Amino acid sequence: MTLIDLANPTRFLALTARMLPWLAVATCATFAIGLYLVWFVAPDDYQQGATVKIMFIHVPNAWLAMAVWGLMSIASIGTLVWRHPLADVGAKAAAPIGAAFTFLALLTGSLWGRPMWGTYWVWDARLTSVLVLFLMYLGVMALWRTVDDPSRAARAAAILTLVGAINLPIIKFSVDWWNTLHQPASVFRPGGPTIDPSILTPLLVMALAFMLLFVTLHLAAMRNEILRRRVRTMWLMQAHAAS
Amino acid sequence: MNLGPHAAFIIAAYAAALAVVIGLIAWVIADHAAQRRLLADLEARGSIRRSEKAEAA
Repeated sequence: MTLIDLANPTRFLALTARMLPWLAVATCATFAIGLYLVWFVAPDDYQQGATVKIMFIHVPNAWLAMAVWGLMSIASIGTLVWRHPLADVGAKAAAPIGAAFTFLALLTGSLWGRPMWGTYWVWDARLTSVLVLFLMYLGVMALWRTVDDPSRAARAAAILTLVGAINLPIIKFSVDWWNTLHQPASVFRPGGPTIDPSILTPLLVMALAFMLLFVTLHLAAMRNEILRRRVRTMWLMQAHAAS
Repeated sequence: MNLGPHAAFIIAAYAAALAVVIGLIAWVIADHAAQRRLLADLEARGSIRRSEKAEAA
């Protein structure tokens, strides 16, 4: 099966039906391993104590918040350049999931910040730029709902998504460019991670688990969106035949 | 297991993550069931897809 074959919605649905059960099992198994490592193997941090456990859900969600918008940006190029329907199906299906991950990154960061920084929130560059990302997710979702015609909505949402992609490097480098309470990058940085392997390994396993969760939910949401478009087309055909 | 003086924050963070993940899964499953139901209704009323029309022709 070639990549072009996968771009056919009917073939995509068939492939998704085969893949989803396996992905769900892989997601559950990875979460089980990750949570075991987090709760029974990983040591407490020498400064933060057990509060470091929040990092194992905060960091994967923060990574995915940005990665999902990156994926939507690539899909938006597919919509605008090739006008491929699966590209905007992919972007539309990813938005609510990305919004949920961004919300979790903000919420868990806030719950981590209160005991460590002494405050739930500060208007510094990292926190504010991630809040802007969350608002942009909501904006794209609202735009999809505002425009009735999916192809017109797709083009408008694609432009908004690509404009919003400017925020991704701002989020990434905000901790280097401006003064902030937030710590600088400690995993993806020149010179390698600064985290001890006893904490880094559970973090990477949890990141893999959340990534698998995203892939599973995204494929399922794309399948739902394809079905929604079929329903819409059949309604329109029925209305046309009746008139 | 001793979670220290900030146990409430740790538990709240994991509880929120669990609630959001369960919410996402429930949304995807409910949406799938709704779309399947709508398609079945339309097909029961005699609607067929364009691709099926082409195949029939």
